[in-house]
Amino acid sequence: MRRIITMTVNNRPGVLNRITGLFTKRHYNIESITVGHTEIDGISRMTFVVNVDDERIAEQIIKQLNKQIDVLKVSDITDQAIVARELALVKVAAAPAIRQEIYTLIEPFRASIVDVSKDSLVIQVTGEPEKVEALIELLRPYGIKEVARTGTTAFTRGAQKAAPSQKTAFII
Amino acid sequence: MAKMKVEEQAKTKERMSGSLMLIEALKAENVEVIFGYPGGAVLPLYDELYKAGVFHVLTRHEQGAIHAAEGYARISGKPGVVIATSGPGATNIVTGLTDAMMDSLPLVVFTGQVATSVIGSDAFQEADVVGITMPITKHNYQVRDISELPKIIKEAFHIATTGRPGPVLIDIPKDVTTAEGEFDYDQDVHLPGYQPTTQPNHWQIRRLVEAVSQSKRPVILAGAGVLHANAADELRQYAEQQNIPVVHTLLGLGGFPADHPLFLGMAGMHGTYTANMALYECDLLINIGARFDDRVTGNLKYFAPKATVAHIDIDPAEIGKNVPTKIPIVSDAKAALQELIDQQGKPADTAAWLAQLDEWKRRFPLYYEPEEGTIKPQKLIEMIYELTGGEAIVTTDVGQHQMWAAQYYKFNRPNRWVTSGGLGTMGFGLPAAIGAQLADRSATVVSIVGDGGFQMTFQELSVIQELQLPIKVVIVNNQALGMVRQWQELFYDKRYSHSLIPNQPDFVKLAEAYGMPGLRAKTEAEAAEVLKQAFAIDGPVLLDFHVRADENVYPMVAPGKGLHEMVGVKACEELSQ
Repeated sequence: MRRIITMTVNNRPGVLNRITGLFTKRHYNIESITVGHTEIDGISRMTFVVNVDDERIAEQIIKQLNKQIDVLKVSDITDQAIVARELALVKVAAAPAIRQEIYTLIEPFRASIVDVSKDSLVIQVTGEPEKVEALIELLRPYGIKEVARTGTTAFTRGAQKAAPSQKTAFII
Repeated sequence: MAKMKVEEQAKTKERMSGSLMLIEALKAENVEVIFGYPGGAVLPLYDELYKAGVFHVLTRHEQGAIHAAEGYARISGKPGVVIATSGPGATNIVTGLTDAMMDSLPLVVFTGQVATSVIGSDAFQEADVVGITMPITKHNYQVRDISELPKIIKEAFHIATTGRPGPVLIDIPKDVTTAEGEFDYDQDVHLPGYQPTTQPNHWQIRRLVEAVSQSKRPVILAGAGVLHANAADELRQYAEQQNIPVVHTLLGLGGFPADHPLFLGMAGMHGTYTANMALYECDLLINIGARFDDRVTGNLKYFAPKATVAHIDIDPAEIGKNVPTKIPIVSDAKAALQELIDQQGKPADTAAWLAQLDEWKRRFPLYYEPEEGTIKPQKLIEMIYELTGGEAIVTTDVGQHQMWAAQYYKFNRPNRWVTSGGLGTMGFGLPAAIGAQLADRSATVVSIVGDGGFQMTFQELSVIQELQLPIKVVIVNNQALGMVRQWQELFYDKRYSHSLIPNQPDFVKLAEAYGMPGLRAKTEAEAAEVLKQAFAIDGPVLLDFHVRADENVYPMVAPGKGLHEMVGVKACEELSQ
């Protein structure tokens, strides 16, 4: 099952290594990681998408992450109301003759053209991973030269139906 | 008094070198002994040590230093402190760090590092120590700037000794040790991401009390967490109050008196029949400070199949990791046990259960066949037990001798047992004995080792001789890597691939070469004689016992089997014949 785990961590050298090492050691496969600064100086936010066999492994991942001294807070937000986004850049082969066709195609996705050259276009799209996936599939017949995806970044919506799960929520 | 405080405060604001800061910090932490080995990257530090006159033990290998620090930590309850140089010095402590991590021993380890200006350039004696040790430390640091040093040292001691103890490493580049900065050690540790839960949740405790009152066949599985929390008295009080029998993990031995009627023995691969059957048949399993290691549980499919599982552990990640847990209690063992005692729930009705366990204990004791003209290793341990009145600190390596020591030396009180449990480190016992002896100078320390493991760290005899530590080194010499040989006999059709060492060196001469008496015995009568001689000597002695070489450790739960499928169990009726 696919889980989205977010955490805030101290922005120190080696922290990412500490965390990914933990995943490697325990054979947990990471689908994507995104990292960036938060509103607080010295604190970064990470979003992990992982595929695990069952609930127990997800729980163990969170507990192990919590044990890291540089990890301030961990939440599994999969089952909450969340905003999840990914950004992708897609370089597509596009002779001038078919550019118009591509414009029409990407328009419903609210994607934009961010670079044009003689025989290719670079399209930028943001949204949930499924949307990004769908657009890439649509563009594939035209000849995709390169794709760069950021992986999912996410957090919970301001309004939740249930209380969000907190650190060590499984235990206490 | 007040004047002293002002003076102290003034001192804490002084400007000084990184090396001196480290010495001052160690003094502030009341560090009595440092185990270490100098080298290029830590020369400024050693120069400062020289001037400060701090008690430093120069082991003959860094592995010896870190195992000694583990022995010291195990017995004293205080963090063991280690210094190693960069590169090879640091990589030599990797085994000890892993060992301490697995067995939750508090260590603060300082490694030298090449100067910040050349880090990453593959400089002479450079190794990425922080990268290497990340998965085998509770936490680690590299000091990039002198201004961070006091804070980092303070945090390291805090992290190593609180919550679930463990090793913390600080990598210090050479230029940081020579740089100058302000030494302010009078600061609070502020780690928002590290807040161990030490007090139990009342609701969960109540659930456990309720479960106990309804239980007919409860059992306590007590691990080293009881010892780390200094909770042996509480464990005994609780078990007696509720009439619940107790089994121990290998590392927990001594947490509950071995001669207590409620004690069932050690559980697991080489545990007693009664302890293992109790785990199999129980309806309520109360795990206190044990991590359900596979050597204790056997095949998880058959582990405590009829039981409701309660788990008290200071590390939340241990709860539910291996065994699904119904009643999770994140807490220090002492605090949880105290609350359980205070709540005085209705005791379980265990009369029938205890009668059954007593019957098993009587019918299926640990046994070995006595034999004339040779030394039975089990008998050897019994003799040591009797000679020391069960009061000695026993350290071991890993393997057959370790299991016999765990089975036949009865630990009636805490902190007498130092062994490498989780990692199973050959070569641990001898250096660990050095640390244990330094932690308790008046104790009789017996280091029981195999002929294989002894040869991995025997250079530390030099330290024992130099400091005249009255350690009795007992080599259980079966001219083999005994446990490997046993497994090959049982599971590899007696193909003894590289496990037999018929040509061992003359260990008695080796002892003499190191300047200590060496004694040898080949029969039980000789063994009794040399043991008596050895314990009469007020100094180090090495004893080489040529034991029955093909002896196996029984009973045994074969790998992949459940605890109820033990082999090598005999009823006492069969034994007397």
